[in-house]
Amino acid sequence: MDAISNSASRTALLEASGVSKSYGARIGCIDVSVTVGAGEVLGVVGESGSGKSTLMKCLSGQIVPDKGAVIYRGNDRKPVDVFSLSEMERRRLRRTDWGFVHQNPLDGLHINVSAGGNVGEALMSRGVRNYGSIRASAQDWLERLEIDPSRVDDRARSFSGGMLQRLQVARNLVAAPRLVFMDEPTGGLDASVQARLLDVLRTLVRELAVAVIIVTHDLAVVRLLADRLIVMHRGRVIEEGLTDQVLDDPHEPYTQLLVSSVLQI
Amino acid sequence: MSVQLHAEGLSKTFTLHTQGGARLPVFENIGLTVHAGECVCLDGPSGSGKSTLLRSLYANYKPQAGAVHIRHDGEMIDMVVAPPWKIVEIRRRTIGYVSQFLRVIPRISTLNIVVEPAVANGRKIDDAYASARRLLERLDIPERLWSLAPATFSGGEQQRVNIARGFVFDYPILLLDEPTASLDAGNKKTVVSLIAAAKARGAAIVGIFHDAEMREAVGDRIVEMNFSAGRIAATRATIRNDVALSRRSAPTC
Amino acid sequence: MNRISPSKPVVWTGYNFAYLDEQTKRMVRRALLKALAIPGYQVAFGGREMPLAYGWGTGAIQVTASIIGPRDRLKVIDQGSDDATNAASIRRFFRSVTGVETTASALDATIVQTRHRIPETPLRENQVLVYQVPSPEPLRKIEPRESETRKMHAYAEYGPMLLTLYEDIARYGRVASAYNCPVIVNERYLASPSPIPKFDNPKLSHSPAIQLFGAGREKRIYAIPPYTSVRSLDFEDFPFEPSRPDGRCSLCGSETSYLEEVIMDDVGGRMFVCSDTDYCRRRREGKGEGPVRAARAKA
Repeated sequence: MDAISNSASRTALLEASGVSKSYGARIGCIDVSVTVGAGEVLGVVGESGSGKSTLMKCLSGQIVPDKGAVIYRGNDRKPVDVFSLSEMERRRLRRTDWGFVHQNPLDGLHINVSAGGNVGEALMSRGVRNYGSIRASAQDWLERLEIDPSRVDDRARSFSGGMLQRLQVARNLVAAPRLVFMDEPTGGLDASVQARLLDVLRTLVRELAVAVIIVTHDLAVVRLLADRLIVMHRGRVIEEGLTDQVLDDPHEPYTQLLVSSVLQI
Repeated sequence: MSVQLHAEGLSKTFTLHTQGGARLPVFENIGLTVHAGECVCLDGPSGSGKSTLLRSLYANYKPQAGAVHIRHDGEMIDMVVAPPWKIVEIRRRTIGYVSQFLRVIPRISTLNIVVEPAVANGRKIDDAYASARRLLERLDIPERLWSLAPATFSGGEQQRVNIARGFVFDYPILLLDEPTASLDAGNKKTVVSLIAAAKARGAAIVGIFHDAEMREAVGDRIVEMNFSAGRIAATRATIRNDVALSRRSAPTC
Repeated sequence: MNRISPSKPVVWTGYNFAYLDEQTKRMVRRALLKALAIPGYQVAFGGREMPLAYGWGTGAIQVTASIIGPRDRLKVIDQGSDDATNAASIRRFFRSVTGVETTASALDATIVQTRHRIPETPLRENQVLVYQVPSPEPLRKIEPRESETRKMHAYAEYGPMLLTLYEDIARYGRVASAYNCPVIVNERYLASPSPIPKFDNPKLSHSPAIQLFGAGREKRIYAIPPYTSVRSLDFEDFPFEPSRPDGRCSLCGSETSYLEEVIMDDVGGRMFVCSDTDYCRRRREGKGEGPVRAARAKA
């Protein structure tokens, strides 16, 4: 039930130190050091342009930082520097150990492919070559994400926005990743749809003890999902701590502004 | 009895950067010691820092100075400097916190909200649900509500769900922030007996109760907090307790 | 023999032998050698403008032009037929720019340029089969970015390719695509067999002949050297099956050749005949494989 009930987060799964990346004169992120434990959900909050996405891309090996290192400890594997891996090894890591949930589900799905195909592709990528078992896992995962499993053969294009996002989550969790990167996963969804997604995510993330790095500007989302928060402002991490500490007792001026700017209902 | 919680030299000042950097000192250099089987009540006028202290003990607020030593697995651990995963573990297994308000999670049923701490601590599922049901019954939550998410419940009902959640697992330390604020007499009595039972099994309890009656009923000691002084002004023993009064800035209660 | 070039060919003057200049041929040959060295790997080459539109075999024509010599005998087929427009015009083109002999016989030809079929007659060593390839990249359907498909090939990330088969089974209960079923060449590179019917896929494997593939629009060449393993993609529980329409050829009675439907009139009359016209004719003339007379008698 509880995320850290296995208290596995003592061992860092991903450890970034001194990560900096700028785009010419424009700053992406500066000197960011951050750790994610196994089974831990880390929230990254901050306004647009604060460097959240750049950090996420560096951590997930999509862009190479100007400075700093990202160390990943895989299953029974020695710690590896993500950027000293060959491209092939890095791609394999992304395929076998990691998942990516994009803000726009269309970036992470094939719109003309069936729900089962979208979910099953992750398994095929890992070498599963049995149609029956792929389809069965896909149905199982649709059900876990509260999508009617009888829709397994329907094309993704016939799904609503909220269902697409859940489909994308299913596609990412089916192959049992150890770390999932989520970029504003609830971004374009309306409130009730968002609540359902969050609830499902919360349950699954805890059940599977998968580590998650979730980038969002929505504090309610991290309150519900994240064990720990880092707050980014102008490319730097300005505050970090347990989610409730940062949200209930923010110290930095910017964090206070962020927290106090949330509308109450 | 052994010391379960020992805070010392705690200072907390809020700096409101969004309001011109206004500084709100809440308390300075205060201490508090709670033994197993003891219930300490924090008292003082509204705004005197009772909740802030309680939240600091839970590491929800981060004090500027001082230490909050918590007995966890037989070891004293300082919540102020413990790493986040350690705090999460301590909160799961050692410290229960019952606030005035229930944080409702969309779509999670009342029964599942209540049972969660017990399950998270590895109680057998059947036992955990049995305890959860028993507590909800005792706290007068009608069974037809158990399968519903408590978002639409009344304030009193939500509070009782919160209390049930706090008592479903036998935490060695319990922090209670006005758990009985909007309860009727009958439910207050139930809470009194829950607290008494917790004390009897050796729990160390720190509570804030708005009414004197409640404090008299459960408290072994009362700690007076005084905002103007920014420190704990006094502690006094209740009628049923003989712990010595101590004055001055850093009382070791 | 079944020469389609009747009398003496009229060779156009003013053109280099086989239309392309020698430097271009050398460039194409270098690409071909590389392609043969890395079976199934798509080699980029400097495709030239040819005197016909993309989609009509410009890639394969450049390959043929680069390997053809004065003593070669050329056969050109389109969907198995020597007489289709595309085949006839390419054959006439090569006759005009090389003066080589052309033939309809798969037995006599040294080079067979083909669109969408492999001849029924087993090919042998010292024959070259040149395929016209409309889209050389089998991964394109699932990945539109060239930069990405190149990496997928480089790192042999072919898992997602099964997705197309998965979709077929999900929708039709079987692998419904009857042609262009992707193959793994030499257990390494994923390749498009050009849109040959999957009936022909098994013939790709361990063929004694050299198989060359040319795509003019994409300017890519790839190859399958003789006696190279070629495996069609499939699932464990849906193994690859080379399908063939049921029935027999109305002309030669073959029950094993690949058939095509011919509409006879506008009231629904139709018949099935061999798609490989050379094979069908040889059987009817009693020269082909199998007892034609017996088959006819049965019919």
